Formats: sequence, structure tokens, C-alpha cells
Amino acid sequence: MVTVDTAVAPTSRTPGREAGGSSPGRVLAWACLIAIIAITLFPFYWMLRTALSNGTTLATAGTSWLPVDFTWGAFKRVLGLATVEEAQAEGGSGAAVDFWLYLRNSVLVAALITAGQVFFGALAAYAFARMRWPGRDVVFFVLLTALMVPPIFTQLPNFLLMRDLGILNTYAALVLPFFFMTPFAVFFLRQFFLGISPEIEEAARLDGAGHVRTFFRIIVPMSWGPITTLALLQYVQAWNEYFWPLLVGSERGVRTLTVALGVFRSQTPQGNPDWPGLMAATLIAAIPVLLLFIAFGRKIVDSIGFSGIK
Amino acid sequence: MTTTAVPAAGAPASGAHAVAPHARGSRETWVALGFIVPTVFGFVVFYFWPSLRGFGLSFTDYKFFSDTSFVGLANYQRLLTDETFWNAMAVTVWYVVLNIGFQTVLAVLLAVLLHRLTRSVVTRGLVLMPYLVANVVVALLWFWMLDAQIGIVNQVLSWFGTGPVSFFGDEAWAIPTIAFVNTWRHLGYTALLIFAGLVMIPKMLYEAGKVDGASEWQMFWRITMPLLRPVLAMVLVITVVGSFQVFDTVAVTTGGGPADATRVIQYYIFDLAFQRLDYGYASAVSVVLLVILSVIAFVQLRLMRANESDLS
Repeated sequence: MVTVDTAVAPTSRTPGREAGGSSPGRVLAWACLIAIIAITLFPFYWMLRTALSNGTTLATAGTSWLPVDFTWGAFKRVLGLATVEEAQAEGGSGAAVDFWLYLRNSVLVAALITAGQVFFGALAAYAFARMRWPGRDVVFFVLLTALMVPPIFTQLPNFLLMRDLGILNTYAALVLPFFFMTPFAVFFLRQFFLGISPEIEEAARLDGAGHVRTFFRIIVPMSWGPITTLALLQYVQAWNEYFWPLLVGSERGVRTLTVALGVFRSQTPQGNPDWPGLMAATLIAAIPVLLLFIAFGRKIVDSIGFSGIK
Repeated sequence: MTTTAVPAAGAPASGAHAVAPHARGSRETWVALGFIVPTVFGFVVFYFWPSLRGFGLSFTDYKFFSDTSFVGLANYQRLLTDETFWNAMAVTVWYVVLNIGFQTVLAVLLAVLLHRLTRSVVTRGLVLMPYLVANVVVALLWFWMLDAQIGIVNQVLSWFGTGPVSFFGDEAWAIPTIAFVNTWRHLGYTALLIFAGLVMIPKMLYEAGKVDGASEWQMFWRITMPLLRPVLAMVLVITVVGSFQVFDTVAVTTGGGPADATRVIQYYIFDLAFQRLDYGYASAVSVVLLVILSVIAFVQLRLMRANESDLS
């Protein structure tokens, strides 16, 4: 934090020349970059280190780099595998937690949302990009306005809708508002479809294929890259949702990981929170996304520029 | 779930034989409509109708369980004299200023560093990591690291001789702390957005600059910044609008405290609607938020003359 602050002071160190030698400017630039990366990554390590520590002795060895009294206890507590005595011996509260259930809920809800958004979004994007029909551009513009509305404005009435339908605290309520449409998906795929050469479709038309067959047999396979990228982005976003699941899904059976974390945090004894348990819980919430990232990192990184600028 | 009811499956069978152009056109319209039905359905049911309902509710005194009556502009009048509301606005604005100021400067710096020093995907991926993890996770992680007694940050501070700081518990520190936490999370993402803009600037311009004897600093301000303007404008609109809606971090760390110091506007709306069950009033406040955000987006885009790009 201290190094980064001083780095912002104006000197001649701003962009180091690509072809330049190791001028002091370049060295300073590298120092800045390394400092930023260190600050970015250190907390993740610290999360792991704390999760593997013993809660009762944690306070005494605050700055040790390695886990304090290495133990899997925190993970056992959080996954519901520890007995009450074991839990309390290491500083936990002994209250029941069941993160397997919440993990399952998060996986399910995010998967459903992603499937709907990508499938329906692709259909709509194709209609906007490649088909001609009256009012097409007007409707697209109207859909875009949905991007502008702050989520909370629609979430309050949507909560009422879920309640009126009697589906509060069900998977349906968690999934429905997001399932059919997200402006981002339509926007993202439309940009891509616009770039596909029309000759391919014309060739298909000549062979007698209609729009439906062209779409499913030709366009979709061609667009597999952007479609999977979109699916990844949307899955991550759905996984990380907190506000909406908090509103409509706080009951234990359908609780997602993010909501469960909030509950776990508010349950920990105020005087001495179960830090290792809390860190173990956050790790469990973070790991699936991080795994996806390791597997598909390149796609995700590259898509940031594309989606942002267009 | 509803995927089996996809309209495309029921659309007219493919196989457009030689049909007259105008008939083909209207058939295309039908197929297109079939393709967009789910999206339009989603828009109408979960965006449009709720928006109308939200506006409508803001003119009532709906409280979930009691009788509702139309109260006209009473909610809005109440807003004008509601101290907690104005406090929430002040707190949120202060948060946005800190968060966006800090984050944008650092993001431009990081983007330039990434652009000049190393463009490896691995590095870009590493800086993006915090963004992938949920807000709630990030908040709890920093809640631990910044703990007033045994958090690592305070331990390190004690090596420098300064006393422990109650980052989340001290009224003056709470908002800056939350601003920092969110900056940490969003820095990589914002930097990558700006990076994409940097990549579009033709190298030729920098080479010409070097030939003319311009220094790095001069080239940054005379070439890079002006050409980044449309990208920066867009990034700023996105980040400012997003920043105004901060909620997750506040909810799991301070819960609006200490003593309203972090009761940001979205938290206040949540509080009103679900803890005090004052839904009509909460709707009015959310309408106001919508208006404010629209104005901000509009003003920002105008100020930065985002439609013009010096590249074209």
C-alpha cells in the first residue's frame, strides 16, 4: 500500500519504452507492477493460511507466514463434519453449518441461469443481427435501456412478484428474473454475429435451409468460442450474486454460498469470530470460480476488452 | 426447465422453397419473432412491468401487511426532510469519489504498465483474479485482514510504530476502507478495459513522437490520454454507476454502521424495504436513485464528449 502510493507521484517513469534498456524509469515501472501484483495476490494466500490455522492459537502468532498449528479443523467445521466439541476446541461456535448443500445450490442456480441466458440470448442476438423484420432496431434499443436501470429498482417489485406467485424461497425465484434475458448476453452475441460473413447464410439458403436450421446447424457451431466465453462470464456473475438470493432465497434449503457466507459471518460470536472457519468458508465459495479461471483464463481475459469496448 | 418450450422448436419447419420475396419477408418476420419471444418475455415481465410497478408503488404507503392507499407525492416530500436519506446520499457520494478517484488513477497506471512492460496473458489474468471472486468473499477476506486486533495489516502497522486502526469500526475510516476493498477487487477489471483501449492506439504515433523528441511523460499526456478519452468515458460511466450501488461489501462487514457512517443509499433502500417493511417509501427512494444515475451517466458522457474520437 505504501509503495503504490509513492508510485503515483509524477516522475519521468511513466511508460517504460518497450525497446529501451534498464533505465531507472523502467526499473521503477517494474517495481510498481510487481507491487500491484503482490498486493493483488497476497490476500488469497493469507486466506488459505488462515483457513488452515487453529482458531484458539491464531491470535498469538499473528504474522507468521505459515498456518498456525496446521489443522483441517476449519474445513471440517464448515462442511458440517466436526463434532461440537471439536469445533469449540478450535474456536468455532459449534453451530450447524452445511456448506455442501450451499455449494450444490450455487452450482445448480448458476447453471440454470447461464443455460437460459446463453440459449435465449443467442436466439435473440441472431434475430437482431441477421434477420430483417419491422421494428428490429427500435426493439433492440429498448432492450438496451434495460442495461441502464440500476438492478435494485427492478428487484424490489420483482420480489413482490415472486411473493405473489408464491414461489419465494424456491429455485424458481432465484433463477427466473435472470433466466430469459440479460441485455449483456444479447448485446455480446449480436456483436459477434454481425461479424459473420453473410455468404455462409446465403449458401445455406440456396441449399434450402430456413433460418432455424441455419442457426442451429451453422451459426451456433461457428460461434462456439464466443458462446462459451459468454457462458463462463455469466456463470461467474450468477455464482457471485448476493442481493437477489438474499431477498428471495435465504431459507436454508435453497441458500446459495454467498448468502450462506453472510449468515455464517453474522452467526460467529461477536467477541471472537471464528476466523479460520470464516476463511475456510470463503475459500469454498471462491475455489470453483478460481478453478474455472485456471481452466479458461485466456478466454475470460481476452473477453474483457471485447465486451467493454464494443 | 422451460427450455423444452423454446419457441424455435415450434417455429415453422425449415425448408424455404422458392417463395415470392414478399411472402419470404413476412415469413422471416414470424421466425424472427419466434427467436426473440423468450427475450421479450423476460424483458417485459422482469424489467418493464417491475419498473412500472416500482414507480406506482412509490406513490403509495405499501407496507406489506396493512392496507395500502395512494398517497401521491407524500413519499417524495418525506424524502426531502429525511435526514437518514441525505446522510446516505452524502456517504455514498463520498464513497464514490474515493473509490473512483483512487481506482481510476491506479487502473490507468496499471493498464499502461501492462501495455508497456508485459502483455502476457498470465499477468493480465493474475490482476483479474480479485474480480472473479464474489464481493462477499472479498469483503470478508479484508474484514479479517483489517481486523482491529489481530488482522495482519494492523500487525504490520505496529512494526512502523503506529497504533492499531479500527478500519471498519471507526466512523472516519469506515468508508475509505470500503472504498479501498472495492478498489482492490475492481482494479484489474478496470485496468483491462483501459488496456483494450490502449491497444487500439497506433504505434506509429508514438514513433513519430519520439522522432520529434517528446519525452515519455509528454507523450502520455499529448497522445495517450486524448486518444483514450472515449474508452475512459465509458469506463468512468460504468464504474461510477456501479459504485453508487455498493451494497454487498457494506452488508457483510459494517451493516451500515458504525452509526450510519456506511449506510449507503442501496443499503438504506434495503433496510427500508425489508427490515422496516416500508416498501412504498423504499420504492420512492429507488426511483430517486434511478434518476440520479441517469443524470450522472448523461452528464458524464457529455462532459467527456464521448461520441467523438480523435482517432477518426
